[in-house]
Amino acid sequence: MAAEAARAAVVEAFARRHRFRPLEAVPWLIAAAGYFLLPQYLTLGAQIFATILFVLSADLVLGYAGIVTLGQAAFFGTGAYTAGILAANGWGEPLSGLAAAALAAALVGFLSGLVILRTGGLALLIQTLIVATTLYEAANKASWLTGGDDGLQGVVEWPIFGVFRFDMLGRVAYVYCLAVLFVGWLAARLVVHSPFGRSLTGARENIARMHAIGAPVARRRLIVYTISAALAGASGALIAQTTSFVGLTSLSLERSGNALIMLIIGGVGRLYGAFIGVPLFMIAQDRFAEIDPVYWYFWLGLLMVAVVVFARGGVLGLVERLWASAGR
Amino acid sequence: MSAAAPALETRGLSKSFGALTVANAIDFRLAAGARHALIGPNGAGKSSFVNLVTGALRAGGGTIHLGGSEITGLAQSARVKRGLVRTFQINALFRRLCVLENVTLAIAEREGIAGQLLRPAGRYRAVIDEAYALLETLGLADQALLPVSALAYGRQRLVEIAVALGLAPKVLLLDEPAAGIPSGESGIVVSVIERLPPDIAILIIEHDMDLVFRLAQTITVLVQGSILVEGPPAAIAADPLVREVYLGERGRR
Repeated sequence: MAAEAARAAVVEAFARRHRFRPLEAVPWLIAAAGYFLLPQYLTLGAQIFATILFVLSADLVLGYAGIVTLGQAAFFGTGAYTAGILAANGWGEPLSGLAAAALAAALVGFLSGLVILRTGGLALLIQTLIVATTLYEAANKASWLTGGDDGLQGVVEWPIFGVFRFDMLGRVAYVYCLAVLFVGWLAARLVVHSPFGRSLTGARENIARMHAIGAPVARRRLIVYTISAALAGASGALIAQTTSFVGLTSLSLERSGNALIMLIIGGVGRLYGAFIGVPLFMIAQDRFAEIDPVYWYFWLGLLMVAVVVFARGGVLGLVERLWASAGR
Repeated sequence: MSAAAPALETRGLSKSFGALTVANAIDFRLAAGARHALIGPNGAGKSSFVNLVTGALRAGGGTIHLGGSEITGLAQSARVKRGLVRTFQINALFRRLCVLENVTLAIAEREGIAGQLLRPAGRYRAVIDEAYALLETLGLADQALLPVSALAYGRQRLVEIAVALGLAPKVLLLDEPAAGIPSGESGIVVSVIERLPPDIAILIIEHDMDLVFRLAQTITVLVQGSILVEGPPAAIAADPLVREVYLGERGRR
């Protein structure tokens, strides 16, 4: 029967939205190829992977849960200092340091979220900022622990699994960061495609209706905020471990803001915005700084304006529209 | 539930904002399986009544009972779980999500799987099947995969009802179900409401008198937070008090 066939087709198409698509393998293939093709850029590559993980964590709260935040650096910095302080004080085992960093950041996310997620909109935005600023000042004051303004010195990482020592060429760092990013991406992907993640998206679209269909919205927002904080903390740990340094900028507003800029350039709420936005931003930053060492930030701002005006939804949004119009 | 217990009941339900009283000791009963309308001039307190009953507003005094058990202290989500469901006067939908997903979100919530983190939503086939079947009964199946924002407003009003039905309500509060639809097209909404399962007790909050008189067996008139009069449609239409305050006869004197 025609109606039966239509039903089967619709249900199938709907269910398939959550399956892996071949296109999703592309970033990982590029990353793998990069290891062999660009051996002189592996250190930069490791930084890019860690930053993608950070921006991905922001996408989870901003793009999917609709929680506008300017305080994502609070979790990045917590992770970075946790891993860094452990390694500077005689515990340089990277994987346990990474886990401790994610856990510490998750704890900060949970406790601060418990308080600030009661609000929304501008009030929430400012409170996320306050959390990050408070931690920044705390790290600044506690210089006996963090090194304060000078940054944390003497971070010594042990070899991964006791075998793979971080090398000058960044080979181990590259693979390490890529592997952690992959695991973080799998976790984020699982979350956004689960019924839990869909209900968060529902809360982003219409929070009043989510309440009216009986959803415990506050609890779900707190859970995703905590997960996002853990990912951001892991990202901070990666930077601390691979650069052997943690500075106060890891907790700065600039870091939170840059994450949003990178996300907006790539495309918000698409899970892959970070994979496009971070390399684009970092390459653009590098190019502009070379062309115009004084006003490079201005050109970056101009690029940002161009994206917002001409490419709503970022690069991925643009691609989606081109794809849709080509399909007609 | 005993046969005598009304589907929904308020006893002395009150609420004030400072000097403004939006609910003044309202005693209201919605019988099981009722088709009941709540009407009243603008500012009569109809929307506040809905918000109080559903728990979006906290009652200032009085009690609320659902199927004979008190729900006054329960959170909004707990009331929904017990079958008290509302729709919105202005569409409150997940606009960028497709029609089908608007309904699967509701069903997943009802089934208690919406907190699941570890399996993709596409694996819950029973939920998707049920949502699609619901869209079929409302004539929305051919638009199942379109984002709600792509639908005409009248169709969106049907999605509004579909989301509520996905929660398997025992009591359904329809807040101006035909609001915003050109009057010539409200017939679709009326016929959908007429075909709803008879065991759902329905309270329609409405301005459109044609719709009220077509659907309701009982009409309650609310004025300034108090029940003015209640009765079958013919009696309400003939009531001089109602004509005075609601249909605006005062001006003709």
